[in-house]
Amino acid sequence: MNLAMETKEFYFTYAGAEAPTLKGIDMPIYANKVTALIGPSGCGKSTLLRSWNRIHDVYPGNRYEGEILLYDKEGNEENILSYSKEDELIRLRQRVGMIFQKPTPFPMSIYDNIAYGLRLAGIKNRSELDGRVEKALKGAAIWNEVKDRLKQSAMGLSGGQQQRLCIARAVALKPELLLFDEPTSALDPISTGAIEELVTELKEEVTIAIVTHNMQQASRVSDYTAFMYLGDLIEFGKTEKIFVNPKEKLTEEYITGRFG
Amino acid sequence: MFNRLFRLSSYTAALLVLVILAGIFGVLYYYARDAIHDFGFWHFITTSTWEVGEDDEGGVFGGLIPILGTLFSTGIAMLFAVPIAMGIAVFLTEIATEKLKAPVGIAIELLAAIPSIIYGMWGLFYFGPMLQRLFGGQSNSLLTAGLVLGIMVIPFMAAISRDAINTTPAVLKESAYAMGATRFEVVKDVIFPYAKRGIIGSMVLSLGRALGETMAVAFVIGGVFRFPHSLTQPTISIPVLLANNFAEAGDLELSAMFYMALILFGISFITITIAKFFFLKDQK
Repeated sequence: MNLAMETKEFYFTYAGAEAPTLKGIDMPIYANKVTALIGPSGCGKSTLLRSWNRIHDVYPGNRYEGEILLYDKEGNEENILSYSKEDELIRLRQRVGMIFQKPTPFPMSIYDNIAYGLRLAGIKNRSELDGRVEKALKGAAIWNEVKDRLKQSAMGLSGGQQQRLCIARAVALKPELLLFDEPTSALDPISTGAIEELVTELKEEVTIAIVTHNMQQASRVSDYTAFMYLGDLIEFGKTEKIFVNPKEKLTEEYITGRFG
Repeated sequence: MFNRLFRLSSYTAALLVLVILAGIFGVLYYYARDAIHDFGFWHFITTSTWEVGEDDEGGVFGGLIPILGTLFSTGIAMLFAVPIAMGIAVFLTEIATEKLKAPVGIAIELLAAIPSIIYGMWGLFYFGPMLQRLFGGQSNSLLTAGLVLGIMVIPFMAAISRDAINTTPAVLKESAYAMGATRFEVVKDVIFPYAKRGIIGSMVLSLGRALGETMAVAFVIGGVFRFPHSLTQPTISIPVLLANNFAEAGDLELSAMFYMALILFGISFITITIAKFFFLKDQK
């Protein structure tokens, strides 16, 4: 099975903190699979996810130690923690996209929301932009709802539509890996269902890692699950295995709802 | 019962604003009516003489020079202040480290609280002569007045813009970074559009302040009734004219000054209305 990313002996310390928040994480992310990160609040699952596209670097003073290897289609690896220049980070974020807890449409039209990242990536040609915007919106299963109002503000869409727009925006850049940080925590059950369905469809094209505090969601959408607790990775394995027959007692207690 | 009382009192308070606005307008118009009758509108605003007649009776009064002085000094102030204030606001919100944010932020707020007369004195004794050495002309001039006004509104504009920029949700900025945007692109494409309302608001308030500023300008504009043929020559603005001439004005001159005040009122009202409509028209 191909690797998309591999985290090795990874420590993360927030600016100003004495102790690391993540303590020696080792885990793979397999290509074209969905990997879920679960665990109680404060376990470090979002911190880990946010390390994978180095979005922590937006704020000064955070420290990374260890290795995070990003693999391309040919299997060549690069340690993303070795990046230091702004254009290396930009390249990384084009390869590793991210979806946030809340929908975050930019204050511009639906079309421009999708085209924004493409223009940043240097695509100026009008017909190419049109084509890729349409493809991305179709890929995120929102094309039929917005095709007649591409020029209208994205702020007028519903929460669920906005989140699918954000997914389309990320997909438009043709990333290799997409990181979802609790993408449905602000959505109603129907919109949540649509996003989950979308995640399952997207894995044909792109590898997915998803942080969720909803265990049913993890079991529905993911192929692999990592259970974290207090900054440690307690257990990583196939999702059926983690949910049906976990090795660790702590995992079992969390899965069965004895703490959370 | 309480509900009705509360409703009534808040309603009255809101109404009071309109009453005061109309009241000020009414009083200005009442005292200005002699001058309005004698000079008309176009004639008054295109005449550049301000001369008292024989024995302090009558005279010819025109508002062209103070009107231009006010518009030009305010224009220079805004051209100078907007880019610098935006730079400060962006630096304080997006670039400065936590250690630097607090002291610079407090310094900005302190500067915004300095009484305008102090800016005037500083302009008169230090900044004006410095400009004279750099650009020639006179030390009290339109340029000095404009730049002192600009420096005076910078901290105010920067502080309000900073607060507006700070309301941009972190997750919105992160999503732009997550698509490969640079810091500059995030400021330009996400933060400014998001905080547009507050930023324009800070400019409009500063504009209003600059238009009506009296003390700081009185020190450095020269206060002479003369058309400035270059930026480094002295002239006069409406508030300075009013402050300087009130004490010994005759009846018609007094009326002409109320006319000037009415025009200043109109200029502020119109510029602020235009600024609001022009910049905020496509906002929901």
